[in-house]
Amino acid sequence: MTAAPPSLLVEDLAYAYPDGHQALFGVDLRIERGERVALLGPNGAGKTTLVLHLNGILRAGRGRVTVAGLPVGKRSLQEIRRRVGVVFQDPDDQLFMPTVGEDVAFGPRNLGLPEAEVSARVAAALQQVRMADAADRPPHHLSFGQRRRVAVATVLAMQPEIVVLDEPSSNLDPAGRRELAEVLAGLPVTLLMVTHDLPYAAQLCSRSVILDGGVVVADGPTPDVLSDAGLLAAHRLELPYGFDPTRT
Amino acid sequence: MGAGHGGTLVARYVPGSSAVHRLEPHLKLVSVLAFAVVVVSTPVHAPWAPVAYGGYLLAVLTAAAVAGVGPGRLARSLVVEVPFVAFAVLLPFVARGPQVEVLGLSVSQTGLAAGGGLLAKATLSILAATVLSATTEPRALLRGLERLRLPQALVQILMFMIRYADVVGGELQRMRVARESRGFRSGGLRGLRVMAATAGALFIRSYERGERVHLAMLSRGYTGRLPTGPAAVVDPRAWAVALTLPLAAAAVLLAGMLSG
Ligand SMILES: Nc1ncnc2c1ncn2[C@@H]1O[C@H](COP(=O)(O)OP(=O)(O)O)[C@@H](O)[C@H]1O
Ligand SMILES: [Mg+2]
Repeated sequence: MTAAPPSLLVEDLAYAYPDGHQALFGVDLRIERGERVALLGPNGAGKTTLVLHLNGILRAGRGRVTVAGLPVGKRSLQEIRRRVGVVFQDPDDQLFMPTVGEDVAFGPRNLGLPEAEVSARVAAALQQVRMADAADRPPHHLSFGQRRRVAVATVLAMQPEIVVLDEPSSNLDPAGRRELAEVLAGLPVTLLMVTHDLPYAAQLCSRSVILDGGVVVADGPTPDVLSDAGLLAAHRLELPYGFDPTRT
Repeated sequence: MGAGHGGTLVARYVPGSSAVHRLEPHLKLVSVLAFAVVVVSTPVHAPWAPVAYGGYLLAVLTAAAVAGVGPGRLARSLVVEVPFVAFAVLLPFVARGPQVEVLGLSVSQTGLAAGGGLLAKATLSILAATVLSATTEPRALLRGLERLRLPQALVQILMFMIRYADVVGGELQRMRVARESRGFRSGGLRGLRVMAATAGALFIRSYERGERVHLAMLSRGYTGRLPTGPAAVVDPRAWAVALTLPLAAAAVLLAGMLSG
């Protein structure tokens, strides 16, 4: 018996945008099944660019991405997008269907699942993010925090191998931030969370990776990474005043 | 009030549970379309045409009453008709042929009939469309259009318009607030330049949002077709209810033709 392949394996990934701007310079990252990893880094570090490679939206210039043993490539695209659930930063970009329920059903229906299975998954996913009673509401009638939780449900309904969140706590009020954290903490999935909200990383992820200038510059247990004041300062990351990273 | 959160498009819908509200949206679409076809095919110059218009009006007002759509709502919807009114009023003056005296003015007889007919037909069609839009939510209308086999591309464009009308409207509003907070007052040549810049910025923002929405769709396995849920089976009795309006109008038309 061989061990299960890692949920996500990124090897020597480099990428330059069509305008010539190089955003990634050889990224290596391995995430085992069930891990919760925070991807930290200042603005412009290349975090979103990396995320767009994980489900094959951007095609690697060099190196490769493998999801649970399946390399990302042209022919594997549909299956990769089922395995990698990306929650984008602006829920208004993610929720485009007329109602919450139809939006959560969008992914499962694209997979061609039978309608009974689709409704079961929609119900379960909305339940997981505590939005079960919003199925018939139009997304624009929800609060920002509720919309973000529905955006999480849209990828949960695909039953992905790994959930990737791009800046999940941005623009949330404190209550919305806490509610989302409660939901995320309870999800039984492999998680990669892109953020520069360090307390959020400390609360939700046992491991942290710092990306800066298109390369991984640190990778370790979150309390260790966040207690290294020199490291944080070198990469424009800051803890809120009075926050103790060893006490969460 | 339905504005603010619901936005302009949703504000047209009047919630309710009347027989008309409960009809499947595509039945209502067919019904309104068939009604409009009957109305438009009424010959304007027939002597019985005004009586027929009266018959149609009765039919559509009955439908409005059943749907609980009030006279105020109907009257407001007729505002869109103003350009037609202007056109119909001008027509009798520009048309040639035998002249008649109306309030001391000499106007063309055929022009009067044509102008009046145009106005009557537009009014009746708008009234029927108002009953439709007041009893059907925009997204239900979309489902109706889809069931009537409207091209996917068109349905998707309409869907995104409805979904993002408020988002784009909100962006426009925020840009206006930001402008005015920095002392901008509209008017003048400089004002025009600023408005043009705003329109350009809004276009770029919307375009970029379109790209991001497309990415989000691809990320969830979008392949070019919107997947739809199961379509409810339509009870034949619902068809009968829906077709009452156009059938009544057709009966009026037929009676007119036979008498003329
Ligand atoms: N579409 C694009 N075209 C060219 N350069 C881009 C594009 N998107 C991002 N970049 C550049 O790539 C770098 C990394 O961006 P991004 O991955 O968005 O960073 P982060 O998400 O970490 O803030 C930045 O310098 C950014 O300006
Ligand atoms: Mg980013």
